Amino acid sequence: MTGPGGGAPPAEATSEAAPAPGGGRRGAGPRSIASRLMENRWAGLAGLAVALLAPFVNASPYALSVMTSAAIFVMLAAGLNIVVGYCGLLDLGYIAFFAVGAYTSGVLSTRLGLPLVATLPAVLVVTVIAGLVIGAPTLRLRSDYLAIVTLGFGEIIRVTATNLDVTGGPSGIYGIPGLTEGPVSFYYLTVLVVAVAVIGAARLGRSRLGRAWRFVREDEDAAEAMGVHTYKVKMAAYVVGAIWGGLAGVLFAAHLSAVSPGSFTFLQSALVLMAVVLGGMGSIRGVVVGAVIVSLLPELLRDLADYRYVAFGVLLIIVMLVRPQGLWPARPKEVAK
Amino acid sequence: MSQLVWNGLFVGSFYALVALGYSMVYGIIKLLNFAHGDLYMLGAFVGFAVLGAAGGVSAAMALPVLLLVLVLTMGVTGLAGVVLERVAYRRLRGAPRLSLLITAVGASFALEYGMRAGAGADPRVYPVRLSGTTLEVLGARVTLQQLTLVAVAVILMIGLNLLVNRSREGRAMRAVALDPRAAALMGIDVDAIISRTFFLGSALAGAAGVMAGAHYGKIDFMMGFLIGLKAFTAAVIGGIGNIPGTMLGGLLLGLLESFGTFWLGGEWRDVFAFGVLILFLTVRPTGLLGERVTERV
Repeated sequence: MTGPGGGAPPAEATSEAAPAPGGGRRGAGPRSIASRLMENRWAGLAGLAVALLAPFVNASPYALSVMTSAAIFVMLAAGLNIVVGYCGLLDLGYIAFFAVGAYTSGVLSTRLGLPLVATLPAVLVVTVIAGLVIGAPTLRLRSDYLAIVTLGFGEIIRVTATNLDVTGGPSGIYGIPGLTEGPVSFYYLTVLVVAVAVIGAARLGRSRLGRAWRFVREDEDAAEAMGVHTYKVKMAAYVVGAIWGGLAGVLFAAHLSAVSPGSFTFLQSALVLMAVVLGGMGSIRGVVVGAVIVSLLPELLRDLADYRYVAFGVLLIIVMLVRPQGLWPARPKEVAK
Repeated sequence: MSQLVWNGLFVGSFYALVALGYSMVYGIIKLLNFAHGDLYMLGAFVGFAVLGAAGGVSAAMALPVLLLVLVLTMGVTGLAGVVLERVAYRRLRGAPRLSLLITAVGASFALEYGMRAGAGADPRVYPVRLSGTTLEVLGARVTLQQLTLVAVAVILMIGLNLLVNRSREGRAMRAVALDPRAAALMGIDVDAIISRTFFLGSALAGAAGVMAGAHYGKIDFMMGFLIGLKAFTAAVIGGIGNIPGTMLGGLLLGLLESFGTFWLGGEWRDVFAFGVLILFLTVRPTGLLGERVTERV
């Protein structure tokens, strides 16, 4: 999820990460300034405004590309948040759905000459099938099994894409048509789609289904005893997550106009997970902020390429040990006293 | 035909060694240690560093030196496993399983990219290469060194089995795996036993790492990722948490892969292995020798 290399990182890249107000602050009273800011209902709109105004600050092709990538990454994180954050299922191959979406739209648009928008129904069908194929056998089992099977699934998709001719082998597919003319309009389209996706995920999280997800996450047996069909509910989370990933993949294909297996390694899955965990599992605002941080930080720390991944790994452990609720935790309205 | 069987058994013995650590840790604290494959990678690099420090090794001395390095490496990776458990897992033992899994992913990530930062991203060539006399056994070409490596693997597995089933330590391990709280009430130091389990499992992974380095001749920082997945597959095939089952699963996966590669072509080998994993989870999630386990509430 990185833009074309070279050039100094744009200054406003940091300004987009600004809506993370001193998230690590602890011990302050429940109505401290930080928490009041964090619970402000306008926070989401402020974030959107920052995203919409960013091109007025710097609209160089590099900055736009980085910001578009960041927006797509936010969508991925919002999708994974449904699976991991709401439902508590650890998906370690989430990038596979991203790949499925990107490849499906890429193959259909280049081989059949379809416009990218026309591939959307096919992308939806294929990602849902992929979600069902992986979810069906594993969601009945212990949650750890899902984690490792999804890890394997991510590899299967990547290896398959490398080996097949129709996907262009190791070098991938080139010349995928864009969705719009020019990078600025594409950036705005991406922000729009991602905003809808993020709001959609948040609404889903507050729906009846979302409550069932959180119930399953907190105590699967109790949920089952209360009449929640846990298997169906988990499957729904998994498939919805798959759709989010697949649609983000279409944006990715349109953005880069090329897809290759190298973009879909385990590293990418781990980075999306990192964004979700860092921001706060189940907290849509936190996840958006986490995704922006995780996707923009490497642009700022290009020289420390090797160490930044070590730092990500160590950070995952530290967050889990010290602050498992993430930087900007969720505060569900119906939380028990 | 017999060549395929031999190749399968040979690769399978590596899988079995790595899978044992997975299986033991899972058996005792019900954690999938994602960093386990990376301990295998660590073992390969420790062996590499020790051999490099020792200087040139003549072909005649290769095998004894390698065995010595093997023992040393097992100690180092075993300790690494103990440290890993202490730092990343112990404090989260009562936490939701998701947190534990995420720390395990973080540990794996840190080990992989820590090694990349330390040793570089390019593959390293192992200083000792075992290549020697070839024997014909039932039409299969077998090198003496392969035989030795398999023998070492078998000895390690037999030793482990004896340790777990015959010794006082092993009895404590089985008790903790069965019920940690009751074991603690019976005067077993649960933390110490879990530490020792990590030591044993990680040592076996380290041994497999050195053996793989000496056999394939090339190591890199991501080598543990795929073998971790394969070892998990092997453990699931045999029945995770069950030691003889895991050994059987490793050998079986090696054979399946060997024949699968023959029929489908080498580039599909990994896809085939995971296909087998998903099939097994669908049809018989407890594995061949595993018992039905109910999830604890």
